[in-house]
Amino acid sequence: MRASITILAKDLRQRARDSTLLVFGVVLPLGLAFMFNVMLGGGEQRRLDATYAVADGDRGVAARQFVEQALRPLEASGDATLRTAADAEEARRLVERKTVDAAFVIPEGFSAALERGAATRLQVIGGVDSAVAVQVAREIAQSYATERRAVQLAVAVATAGGGTVPDRELAERAAAAPVPVGVAQDEVSQRKQLDTTTYYAAGMAMFFLFFVTMMSVAGIFDERRQGTLARLLAAPVSRRAVLLGKSLGGVLVGVLSMAVLVVVSTLALGADWGHPLGVAALAVAAVLAATGITAAVATFARTAEQASNRLSVIAMTLGLFGGALFPVAQLEGLSSVSMLTPHRWFLEGLGDLAGGSLQVVVVPVAVLLGFAVAGGALALFRLGRMLNS
Amino acid sequence: MPLLEVTGLRKSYGGHVAVDGVDFHIGEAETYGLLGPNGAGKTTAISMIVGILDRDAGEVVVDGQPLDVTSVKAKALIGYVPQELALYRDLTARENLRFFARLYGLGGGGLKARIEEILGIIGLTDRADEKVEQYSGGMARRLNIGIGLMNRPKLLILDEPTVGVDPQSRNSILESVQRLAGEGMAVLYTTHYMEEAERLCDRVGIIDQGRLRAEGTRRELVGLVGETDRVTMRAEGDLARAVEDLEKLPDVRRAESGDSQIELLVPDARTHLPRILETVAAAGAAVRTVEVREPDLETVFLHLTGKALRD
Repeated sequence: MRASITILAKDLRQRARDSTLLVFGVVLPLGLAFMFNVMLGGGEQRRLDATYAVADGDRGVAARQFVEQALRPLEASGDATLRTAADAEEARRLVERKTVDAAFVIPEGFSAALERGAATRLQVIGGVDSAVAVQVAREIAQSYATERRAVQLAVAVATAGGGTVPDRELAERAAAAPVPVGVAQDEVSQRKQLDTTTYYAAGMAMFFLFFVTMMSVAGIFDERRQGTLARLLAAPVSRRAVLLGKSLGGVLVGVLSMAVLVVVSTLALGADWGHPLGVAALAVAAVLAATGITAAVATFARTAEQASNRLSVIAMTLGLFGGALFPVAQLEGLSSVSMLTPHRWFLEGLGDLAGGSLQVVVVPVAVLLGFAVAGGALALFRLGRMLNS
Repeated sequence: MPLLEVTGLRKSYGGHVAVDGVDFHIGEAETYGLLGPNGAGKTTAISMIVGILDRDAGEVVVDGQPLDVTSVKAKALIGYVPQELALYRDLTARENLRFFARLYGLGGGGLKARIEEILGIIGLTDRADEKVEQYSGGMARRLNIGIGLMNRPKLLILDEPTVGVDPQSRNSILESVQRLAGEGMAVLYTTHYMEEAERLCDRVGIIDQGRLRAEGTRRELVGLVGETDRVTMRAEGDLARAVEDLEKLPDVRRAESGDSQIELLVPDARTHLPRILETVAAAGAAVRTVEVREPDLETVFLHLTGKALRD
């Protein structure tokens, strides 16, 4: 152990004088997390912030209902601003000039047609540069049309039974009736999802962790290049102690990098990582997993360049499929593949931690440690060949 | 009991045998040289002796303790100076010395004193806290040797320590080795410079193509070739034909050409020289200079292997 610590101390001294570590361990992950935070709006729900025009050529009951029930709530919540257009022509002009994102055109006779159960059109004119706002406008119109169809069916069913209530009154009562089935927010599932800032801070931390730890065991190639490996092997030190010393360097630097990222992303970006103990357990387990995997991959290489190239590919692939770059858990096909990566377990562990008690990290931590043990065992098995090659 | 005993050492890579059954031993306070050209198997043999490289066969015993790649105790008895500079260039000399000393178990006040002592021996006390990357080649070479001395080894193994070194530094290195040997340290020294082997070594093993061709003191080795002189001629023209014709002369033992020169072994060279020159001229080559040397290790090597050490 004494020899391993000696090697560790020497490696740390060298690393401290090398800016590469600072770049891969702190600057890049924080920079990218910050970029994603800006691009994707951080941890807050983003407002739609659309502007819609309404050209009401009908001015009937149904038209008023559409504006008051479907559009005004959007205005009240701050998601949209409504303005009036005199007619369909003006509405089109407003869209073309990009004064509004989309316009609803309610034709003359709209209410009367609905009352009669006749066909009519609610037109949506969308701006080419406002894809999201236009899509939302279409959904609103479609949803209103579906609702009206449901009301019509209900009225038809009611009158077919020999009811005596006049058609118009029945229709108004049906339309005004509260929605029978509400959509309740699932509190647990919401809390199990990391907010965007934390997700990308954690994702980038895990992604770059592989680049930080790859400098550990792969550092044996640097020792060989500078001739010092011969001296290490000729010294009264076991080969396992050399591997351990090199690995410890990766672990320590990885943990340090993670700690800095957690603290800085919390203070500067407002990330919410969760219970410190749980985060610490997950972070250490993730660092061990990354060190084990990079050590194993490094032992299959013959040169520093080969090791670096292979480890970069592995880091990119695991990061991509593990959800460090985007949330693959939401994609059905990739979701199961992502379970094979430590990144997924780290992020899932953090998600669980956000939504539950400290004990929920036990499984993710155990899986991450499994990666570490498997990688470390393979590295140990291959060590002799690596040193003799 | 010898301090180092090497028996049947063998290593091959695929079909190529790099070291083929090498045996030798080194006594206490003895300086032993392994003399051979580049690619003779010296570094491979040394790598197995210090426990860097797994061997296919053979045995290495240091001070009664067997040594292989897994040994810890036996390795602690050896100071190793690799052929290439084995230094951390981004660390200072003091940091390099401290790191390797700690690997050998040194610590505390003794470590500090030993570092200062070694810095004094290698003449780097004033520049001990500069990074090695700022050192000249000679300074780095001295530090390379200094690291090998940190653990006060019973046996110092130097693998071609003067390769690529300027004459002044080379002389300094040779003097250091002589001084250490004089202080009672056993030394195993590999080189392809005949003069170094002659100057430093009590006994020399001549190695070529992985095999130890002969070993002994300088006197014993020179005795192998008798009173044969070595003639070196710098020449131009058809040297191959000249060599062919020279080999037909009755007293010429070996002749070879290369790098605008012809070398041959012949007894009593001065008597035979006129005829040798005539033969070369008749073969269409023009001789520019002639040098005749008394038998030395170079002559022995030529005699044993049919080629010059520089090859």
